[in-house]
Amino acid sequence: MAILVDRKTRVLIQGITGAQGTFHSASMLKYGTKVVAGTSPGKGGEQVNGIPVYDSVKEAKEAQGANASVIFVPAPFAADSAFEAIDSGLNPVVIITEHLPVQDEIRVIHAAKQKGIYIVGPNTPGVIAPGLKQKLGIMPGHVFADGPVGLMSRSGTLTYEIAAGITNAGIGISTAIGLGGDPCVGLTPLEGIKLFEKDKKTKAVVLVGEIGGDAEERAAAYIKENVQIPVVGFIAGRTAPPGKRMGHAGAIISGSTGTADAKIKALKDAGVQVAEKPSDVGRLLKMQL
Amino acid sequence: MKLFEHEAKDIFRVSGLPTPPGGLARTPEEAATRAREIGKPVVVKAQVLTGKRGKAGGVKFADTPSDAETAAREILGMRINDMPVDAVIVEEKLDIAQEIYVGITIDRNERKYVLIGSAAGGMSIEELAVEHPEKIIKHHVDPGLGLSGYEARNMAIDMGFRGKQIGPLADFFMKLWSIVQVHDVELTEINPLILTKDGRFLAADARLNIDDNALYRHKKLLEGIKREPVEQNAREREAEQHGMAYVELEGNIACICNGAGLTMATLDVVSLYGGKASTFLDLGGGSDAERVKMGIEIALMYPQVKAVLVNIMGGITRCDEVAKGIVAARKERGIDVPMVIRMVGTNEEEGQRILTEAGISFVRTMEEAASKIVELVKEVA
Repeated sequence: MAILVDRKTRVLIQGITGAQGTFHSASMLKYGTKVVAGTSPGKGGEQVNGIPVYDSVKEAKEAQGANASVIFVPAPFAADSAFEAIDSGLNPVVIITEHLPVQDEIRVIHAAKQKGIYIVGPNTPGVIAPGLKQKLGIMPGHVFADGPVGLMSRSGTLTYEIAAGITNAGIGISTAIGLGGDPCVGLTPLEGIKLFEKDKKTKAVVLVGEIGGDAEERAAAYIKENVQIPVVGFIAGRTAPPGKRMGHAGAIISGSTGTADAKIKALKDAGVQVAEKPSDVGRLLKMQL
Repeated sequence: MKLFEHEAKDIFRVSGLPTPPGGLARTPEEAATRAREIGKPVVVKAQVLTGKRGKAGGVKFADTPSDAETAAREILGMRINDMPVDAVIVEEKLDIAQEIYVGITIDRNERKYVLIGSAAGGMSIEELAVEHPEKIIKHHVDPGLGLSGYEARNMAIDMGFRGKQIGPLADFFMKLWSIVQVHDVELTEINPLILTKDGRFLAADARLNIDDNALYRHKKLLEGIKREPVEQNAREREAEQHGMAYVELEGNIACICNGAGLTMATLDVVSLYGGKASTFLDLGGGSDAERVKMGIEIALMYPQVKAVLVNIMGGITRCDEVAKGIVAARKERGIDVPMVIRMVGTNEEEGQRILTEAGISFVRTMEEAASKIVELVKEVA
């Protein structure tokens, strides 16, 4: 199947009347995703791309049976939107918006955890399950073919690059998840790998990490002790200098922590095959599948 | 955004956090006046947004107003870590019984704020973590409940304080936590927090960094803060104004890509083929031709650049727009260094057609692009 989404996933777009929400809801519909409703307070009753718009998440859920949300709302209001989705029990809640205050992120992640809801992001391209034609985000659907590989990444375009490589190698993807480029994000690589392990369709996992924090090391420790299926890794930022923020807010080597070398070492110690270049990921997967 | 010590202490005072008596001086004469007002031996401290100022000579003690004036004259006009000093704080010299470390920051793995404290203050927390990790006490704050009084007291107790010292230190943590929440602080450190011989806790230093993403809701605070422009070169300023992530490095190949992860990976692959990047330039998502042109122009402003590598994975970014931007940059500015282009994804064929018509070649993969640019740069270098 897939993780986080299934055939019954009915998507709500929060902030559907904005430029991003309008553009990407059309693209998601075209991909085949069941986008059933949108919200935009004060614009209830309108339609965007034929999708009915409601004033509140509660109304959208009651009227259309929405059970997952994708948030395009601008940063100052994104946390409020997430709380609204969490309160209505939508799961997962995918926060595409970037530049959220970290204090908001912490509160949202905590509130979701209390209710057993997965937050993906913020600052993420979203979630895509090619076999189910479910896209909760902004990825270009055509680079993702259906197949047995679970893909997790902190980046956007690098995910597409690696997904295209996997597709070109004649393999495919069960679910690809953008974890988000911020220091504090909802779904972590560790939680992601636990979900992929339980998914019958997923036969291998690809973890694309980058400098900053130690989420990859934490995932590696779990992989070493528990994970039976093959895992392939790639870490971006081997040549990044310490102390410089490399685009993503979370991509920074602070002192001696968060280096690519430490992550690569932890993954290798856990038996993970680590690719030198993005294009090697497909080859390494082929050897193991 | 990093605040100066004096700005942080203004916030502390308003919030009731105890700080030593004193104030700001921008001239040696003002420093003498401050010292006279205090009427006791003072410390004169450089106001710079960098650590290690003590080691750089930016902290001096003075027994009299005229000594304070001399100290300020020496410190003002210094450069510390290449940053100019144009103000000092003059504060009462404290009668120190103990130096303590206190801080609040974000634990990105736990997705929680964490209080950090140590009875062994004075040295940097990094050094302390290496030399005496057992002396660092941490407590995560529950995001739903916030910080309770008993937790703050337990922090003080775990740090080794007893009796009458527990209350004031716990109170210090409570007030600091409140400042963190109210002002969207992502990192605060008081090192040292001084326990005086007469039993008072005073913030002798203050570091306060506010979350850049939250600045929009602190307009009032920002009004009161005079911020000298951060030292940025023209290229960094230009890139920032256009919302591009731009980092200068030591090599000679400018890497212009879309997306932070892809840009980092491109730098890495260039290095695998024996090249060295000069530039990390992430155009961001959905760039149009104008923006691509701008990115190339900014990259070429850096004199170290001997070659340009454009690597685009089209998603929201369209390859036809990228191609138009490249053609425009060549036509309007002129590109006088070797350039390799790799772009795939959205509208790739149209983009390739535009490049071909303009007589610009392109490659299909990142690896080809990296190996080719490394070869070309060898020829010109």
